[in-house]
Amino acid sequence: MKSLSQSHWGPGALAVCLSLFLVVFLLVPVAKVIYVAFQHPNTGALTLINFFDFFNNSLFRESFLNSVYVAGMAVLVSSLIAVPLAYFTTRFTFGGAVLIQTLGIVPLIMPPFVGAVAMLLLFGENGSVNLLLNDWFGFTVPFMKGLNGVVLVESIHYFPFILINLSAALLNIDRAMEESAQNLGASGTRLFCRIVFPLAMPGYVAGASLVFLKVFDDLGTPLLLNINNMLAPQAYLRITTIGIGDPMGYVISVILVAFSLFSLWVSFLALKGKDYATVQKGGGGLMKRDLRKWEKVGCYAVVILILVMVLSPHIGLALLSFGTVWSFSVLPDAFTIAHYENVFRTATQYISNTLLYAGLAALIDVAFGTAIAYVVWRTGLPGRQWLDYIAMGAVAIPGVVLGIGYLRTFIEFQVPIIDKPLATWWVIIVVALAIRRLPYALRACVAGLQQVSIMLEEAAENLGATKSRTVWRVVVPLMSGGILAGFVTSFATAAVELSATIMLVSQQSDAPLAFGIYEFMQSAAGRGPGAALGIVAVIIVGIATYVSHTVIESGERKRQAGAAVAAAAGA
Amino acid sequence: MTYAKSRFGQLFAGAALAVAVIAAPFQASALEDKLVIVTSYPPDTTVTVSKAFEKKFPGVKVEVLNKSTSSGIKYLQSTAAKNTSDMFWASAPDAFEVLKGDGLLQKYDVKVMGIPEKVGAFPVNDPAGYYKGFAASGYGIMWNTRYMEAKKLPIPKTWNDLTKPIYFGHVGMSAPSRSGTTHLTVETILQGEGWDKGWALVKEMAGNFKTVTERSFGVPDGVNSGQFGLGIVIDFFAFSSKASGFPVDFVYPPVTTLVPANIAIVKNAPHPKAAAEFIEFLLSAEGQEVLLDPKIMRLPVNPATYAKAPKGFPNPFKDSSIGAAVKFDLKKSKSHYNVVNALFDVMVTYRLGDLQAATKAIQSAEAKLAGKPSGEAKKLIAEARALLGKVPVTEKQADDKEFNKIFTTKRKKASTEVKGRQAEVEREWDTAIKANYAKAKELAEKAISMM
Repeated sequence: MKSLSQSHWGPGALAVCLSLFLVVFLLVPVAKVIYVAFQHPNTGALTLINFFDFFNNSLFRESFLNSVYVAGMAVLVSSLIAVPLAYFTTRFTFGGAVLIQTLGIVPLIMPPFVGAVAMLLLFGENGSVNLLLNDWFGFTVPFMKGLNGVVLVESIHYFPFILINLSAALLNIDRAMEESAQNLGASGTRLFCRIVFPLAMPGYVAGASLVFLKVFDDLGTPLLLNINNMLAPQAYLRITTIGIGDPMGYVISVILVAFSLFSLWVSFLALKGKDYATVQKGGGGLMKRDLRKWEKVGCYAVVILILVMVLSPHIGLALLSFGTVWSFSVLPDAFTIAHYENVFRTATQYISNTLLYAGLAALIDVAFGTAIAYVVWRTGLPGRQWLDYIAMGAVAIPGVVLGIGYLRTFIEFQVPIIDKPLATWWVIIVVALAIRRLPYALRACVAGLQQVSIMLEEAAENLGATKSRTVWRVVVPLMSGGILAGFVTSFATAAVELSATIMLVSQQSDAPLAFGIYEFMQSAAGRGPGAALGIVAVIIVGIATYVSHTVIESGERKRQAGAAVAAAAGA
Repeated sequence: MTYAKSRFGQLFAGAALAVAVIAAPFQASALEDKLVIVTSYPPDTTVTVSKAFEKKFPGVKVEVLNKSTSSGIKYLQSTAAKNTSDMFWASAPDAFEVLKGDGLLQKYDVKVMGIPEKVGAFPVNDPAGYYKGFAASGYGIMWNTRYMEAKKLPIPKTWNDLTKPIYFGHVGMSAPSRSGTTHLTVETILQGEGWDKGWALVKEMAGNFKTVTERSFGVPDGVNSGQFGLGIVIDFFAFSSKASGFPVDFVYPPVTTLVPANIAIVKNAPHPKAAAEFIEFLLSAEGQEVLLDPKIMRLPVNPATYAKAPKGFPNPFKDSSIGAAVKFDLKKSKSHYNVVNALFDVMVTYRLGDLQAATKAIQSAEAKLAGKPSGEAKKLIAEARALLGKVPVTEKQADDKEFNKIFTTKRKKASTEVKGRQAEVEREWDTAIKANYAKAKELAEKAISMM
């Protein structure tokens, strides 16, 4: 893509700042850790022998295949969940569309390990569903057995990535396209498969590649389900049990990074050479269509079925949070609100910390995501693609590795004024969260930007707007859907992040929610309060998501109204 | 004190006494206002104890950092240059040995009286004076009573009971590499039964495992919620679960050991006086009594405290059957610590599927054989059992210093050179183990087809 402006000075300075941030907070700490992968375990010399050991070990090969299988299946299952939800709610007049969209995001805002606890209670071999099945029909279904359990939990946890990005993309499509197709006689599935879905491809690919990557290197879920034969758990187990000196954990990390980058590159290729930009942003053309009565019933049935399934971890968690003792029974023995009292008496600090950390991290993410997207897709700076690659690389860095890297890199750096090592200051947790979640925001921002036609910017500049004015007044507002999607994903997932924070929390008063839940869940008496804290987290982040949805929607409506008035005045 | 006889000595002693007398009240009132504790214990334990401590010393605010034992060690190692933690508080003595070896702990002499030298066969305190035992822990079998009734399972009494076919797929345990307490359990069995017999027993039990959990708390959690019926756990997990109302119970098998859970002051602690006072408090009659709180339920190290314990609470100072059968040898444990971890992971954790399949085949062959005088089939089954229990490493090799170097986590100096790489050794084991399990399954199936 050719640059619009002759001067590279502004974007150049921006790109340098962005790269500096990424180098200091991502590359250096990770390099410090990954360096070990290329060190001979005995002599310390640089070598590839560790990789030889990796590929010679049948356990590691098996783990690799299992990880690919689980990630691939999770993309498939998540798509089956997300595509109908996104399509029905954005394309048809559908009561409660905003509610469904919000509920659809809710699974993300629960730490995967908590979700897995709840799923085990409901769907495990001796969970509620199987106990009932066994009582009534004398058989059980192994929902949660082995890799299937991982696929199920991961799909339910991560499908919102596809939902959010696909919905944003669907809303951005110029409806004139659909209108033309309809005028030419297309409808139903044909319209969806030939026109709508292909146009929304950037959003879908963005979401699907995120799901693939996240599942590929997710740690919490397989660990909680005690599945060891996958790559990320192997890396984690090696690093935490054999110790920091064992190279295999780092070799696995390098392979995770390499394969993740490879699959990202494949997703780039899939989109390459096609133009998805539409001149007009969605909402201008055809309004949402009405469904016929029986279609409506069918759609509602599908949506409700999907929602019940994806919300089952929350249902399980709610039962756990109100239950007294839940052991080998369909429902808890009795119900109480004591756990909530306990949480509000002792754990409010976790909540305020989380809002602060996740909010700051998400702000950093969308600011950087937008900036990087712009530099990469709208300027001609040499090597600009690397910004994108490096920022996306964060998705492939296991949280534990980043945490250890930060500890190693920043423990010596004394922050002036507060006089504390940077590694033990709470701000480092925000930086870690921002780095870990930057890829989500970036993909969403890129998808948003790709759908803004460059002609609009050219028009603005031709009319005399300066570069920065064009960005502020034209590009950013037009990609606001993508930015919001990025903010919501970053915020919601940062709020429940555990793997990096568990290494970086240096005092109790700095601990965020997920850490608190994890702590509670480590004792028999703490399961109830832990679950209650989880429910509180879900409600808070859910409300935040809902509010930002409505804010942006009303903002958009206002802007459209303004545009209509302007158009009328012009006429 | 021979020098006290000289005039100088007397003068010196007198001066020291005077300083001590002046300083004593001053010291007590000059505790720091903060105390940072790194611990593997859940809030139920830490909050209860530190609340009691704060009540006694209102000026001190206790900050608790909850980390798993292994990440706690890593955290202290990584932050040693700018240490901000005062104490390390966890169960496994081996973890303290690691920190002690790295020079990260501060020596401390306890003033409180009334704590015996030994609990079971284990010294309560580190002989070198770096860490102190504050509670005793034994290891045993915990079960969910509802689960056992629903599946009609008998209550096991010994480790050997857990190898019975009736428990197939009903048992859970953590891995020694993941959990310090599980490591002690396995090590106890190895020391109690001998290396080869011990491993065979561990693997026969493991054949009945439903899962190997990633955290030690995963086991009581699984038993409490009924994911599996029986778990191999440290005692207080079972006692506190029971006290929280879960339908569970616990037994100490004869081959078990009592090991102290410990606390230590970190070197260069920013708040050393408060840290010292915390140890004193924990070991005082008052602090020991807090351990009997229903949410904690740990065995105190002060024998007098047991007078206040609820009925049926085990007392290792009276009941000599607990933890007496095995004299736990910490030195021996240390000599092959990493090898045991790696062996368990290669043979059980990562090959649980193969192990279960082989076990199932052998168990069905044995069931079919019962009462039939089929000599040939019997021989095949015995052969399969032997293959299943086989360990790729002899005890001599496991204790060999050179061999252990492959598994030591740190190259202290760039010049240190060791032969062999851990990944390479494990690959060899894995190949052998996988073949053994496959062959054992094949033999057992052959035996079945002969009957």
